Amino acid sequence: MNAAIEAEGLIKTYPGDVRALNGVSFSVPAGTIFGLLGPNGAGKSTTVKILTTLAAADAGTARVAGLDVVRDPVAVRRAIGVVGQKNAVDGAATGRENLLLQGRLYGLSGRDLRAHVDDLLERFTLADAADRFVRGYSGGMQRRLDVALGLVARPQVLFLDEPTTGLDPEVRVAMWGEISTLAREEGLTILLTTHYLEEADQLASQLAIVDRGEIVAEGSPEQLKAELRGDAINVELDSEGGGSAVEAALARVDGVREVVLEGRMLRARADQGARAVPAVLAALETEGVSVAAVTVARASLDDVYLRYTGRTFAAAEAGHDANGDGHAKGGAPADAPEPETTKTGGR
Amino acid sequence: MPAVIQHSWFMTQRHLRALLRQPAWIVVTLVQPVMWLLLFGALFKSIVNLPGFGADNYADFLTPGIVVMTALFSAGWAGMGILQDYERGILDRFLVTPSSRVSLLAGPLVQQSIVTVVQSLIIIGLGLAVAGASFPGGVPGAVVTIVAAILLGMAIGALSNALALVVRKEETVIAVVTSLTLPLSFLSGTFMNLALAPAWISDVAKFNPLQWAVVASREALTSNDVDWGVVMSRLGLLALLLVACFAVATRAFRAYQRAA
Repeated sequence: MNAAIEAEGLIKTYPGDVRALNGVSFSVPAGTIFGLLGPNGAGKSTTVKILTTLAAADAGTARVAGLDVVRDPVAVRRAIGVVGQKNAVDGAATGRENLLLQGRLYGLSGRDLRAHVDDLLERFTLADAADRFVRGYSGGMQRRLDVALGLVARPQVLFLDEPTTGLDPEVRVAMWGEISTLAREEGLTILLTTHYLEEADQLASQLAIVDRGEIVAEGSPEQLKAELRGDAINVELDSEGGGSAVEAALARVDGVREVVLEGRMLRARADQGARAVPAVLAALETEGVSVAAVTVARASLDDVYLRYTGRTFAAAEAGHDANGDGHAKGGAPADAPEPETTKTGGR
Repeated sequence: MPAVIQHSWFMTQRHLRALLRQPAWIVVTLVQPVMWLLLFGALFKSIVNLPGFGADNYADFLTPGIVVMTALFSAGWAGMGILQDYERGILDRFLVTPSSRVSLLAGPLVQQSIVTVVQSLIIIGLGLAVAGASFPGGVPGAVVTIVAAILLGMAIGALSNALALVVRKEETVIAVVTSLTLPLSFLSGTFMNLALAPAWISDVAKFNPLQWAVVASREALTSNDVDWGVVMSRLGLLALLLVACFAVATRAFRAYQRAA
């Protein structure tokens, strides 16, 4: 199959020696949804900026729809649609005007463009609001208009940079439905960035886990999860502390491995989680640690992330955001643009 | 039609439409010039009696200056528009389309010029009807005044865009604009015959683009025997300034894209 996107050794450093990308390579087969999964600041948006001609890499090459993004930027722009993190809609114009202007910038015009815009408004259930000012739209409507804007030029490759960040859970699920329909029915290649593990799991047929400017794991969600044998055991302790002694005690339990203590959360893996629980509890009791809760779960992408990066997704997110906005995985994060770097004034 | 013209017109339309939908804002932009023309003009009415002032009626003297000063003041805020597009992600959305890059700068400037034409006509009309001015320069004088206002406005608008693209902070743009526009006005002959001002002010004014516009428009609109050499030389300077400022804005735009 032809690759719709090929990134090869992308490196990008922002002023102040902030290394945003440290040799990112991946390839996306045409007609598939590819997920770039990682916490805020991992380098996802920088990758998208390079692939969409908004930024230039310091080193490495990238081809989109078979075209080199540096040598042939205008042709690349004709072949792609981009939906950024913000709702980049013009509030002072109507939904229809937003779409018509976007189409005209691609050289579309006349009845063709009008009919296509009508179709898009219909498909994204904006037909009733088409002639109202966008500033009066709800967040979900603005997001749908934003996605429609990315599709005006009938792109071959669609970039969705955190398409559901800041959306209500039910709106998010509806958006997932629309995204998978796009790939299925139109044969679009979609590159999706997300920091929702669940979103990557639901949508992407292939995904790459990005951490600190590098891809640490790549494969289908199933492959990645299959690499983790057994179940995850999560133990919530009554209090913090204990440290390595607790970890060591647990590691001595038969069939238990990959023990990590993070605050009050003790995580481990076991071939058969439910069977290991009594022994785990006994080991903890011997150490004098009291337990608040125990859960056993099948492998999730969160576990994959933990395995490859040595920290949980939530901790990576919290660690990046010094404001203490350490939202738990799957929780709705603050609707802030992703600060890829902390030293470049937002860009 | 070349894409740059076509796309510029799309952008002009977009900004015009947004403006026409906020009629209140159009009134607000006229409050200041009307105050200068009617209140300031009335307060300093007898300034023309100063020996050597060289005008019979202060309203004649003041009106062309207020026209070009208004263009300068509105143009100073041009950068706020591009900054809002930047902050909302609209600028980047346009940049990932095959749109002409120049049109993203030129479109809003053309829209601003259309606004300048309307504002200028209103101020000239108020000068005639309310302030009691008379303009021997007639229609050609009014045309020169409006052309001077447009050239000055587009040049300053381009600079304001360049500033906005470099600093990317509304507060900084506001600070720079507010701290520059009024001094530029007082370092020009907008309100006062510079022959009666301290020598250093009239020296500085020679390099003040606002003064070029004031000289050209006042000469064309209020002189009984227009010295077209004076008019055209000042318009020429303004045109050169516009080219230079637009070049600066294009460079700032490229720097913005490189910094991404």
